[in-house]
Amino acid sequence: MADQHPTEGDAMKTRRGLTAIDAALALIGVILVLQMALLTSTLDLYLGGHEAAALTGAIASGILFLLNAALTFFIMTVDAGARGI
Amino acid sequence: MNHLWEEEFSVEALEEKYVSRRQFAKFLVLTSAGMAAGQLWILFRRLFATRLAPGEKIVARADEIPVGGVKLFRYPDPDDPCLLVRLPDGSLVAYDQRCTHLSCAVFFSRESLRIECPCHNGVFSVADGSVIQGPPTRPLPRILLEERNGDIVAIGVDLQTKA
Repeated sequence: MADQHPTEGDAMKTRRGLTAIDAALALIGVILVLQMALLTSTLDLYLGGHEAAALTGAIASGILFLLNAALTFFIMTVDAGARGI
Repeated sequence: MNHLWEEEFSVEALEEKYVSRRQFAKFLVLTSAGMAAGQLWILFRRLFATRLAPGEKIVARADEIPVGGVKLFRYPDPDDPCLLVRLPDGSLVAYDQRCTHLSCAVFFSRESLRIECPCHNGVFSVADGSVIQGPPTRPLPRILLEERNGDIVAIGVDLQTKA
């Protein structure tokens, strides 16, 4: 009968996976805070008559969102790999 | 009897409360999408909002307002409340009445000769609308005035920010 207990290698792999996921989550949080600050400053500039800030803000926020989406995809991939799905 | 209960309610309470890292990541990226959507909304407003040049409007008679007196009026649109003030030196100034912090209605304080916001203690100079203290970051938009034949006419709006 095959040994079904997790090996030390599996445990190491799980720990590394969790570390990578936690790091990605922390990065997503930082990017989210950046997006909040960007939204606040863009709105303030726009209301003050600096309309060019609208386009710049939209592009920057879009890039930050794509980064977040990529990090989330990374988390899903690592998690799926760790579960053996 | 417990089997019936377990069949109907098959999710453990602890499992239901537990938020996995995947769920948390999805929540965060959804919030990020919301922020990006907010930025896009600002962009759409900039691109598609119709902006008509403010017309001219008679807002008061020149002899209507005593020194230290205040008159409220709406300019350029009915949704734009404004404040007209006669200063101690006799000159008239007018500003948008919405605080540049969070749009609370500001008022002119005769005691301190300043324009104050009651919401978060923002204070503006009555001479030029600049921020003296508090959370506002932009000066009050100034309403440009002209006196014609004894009438005070509003002729435009100066946001007073360097564009």
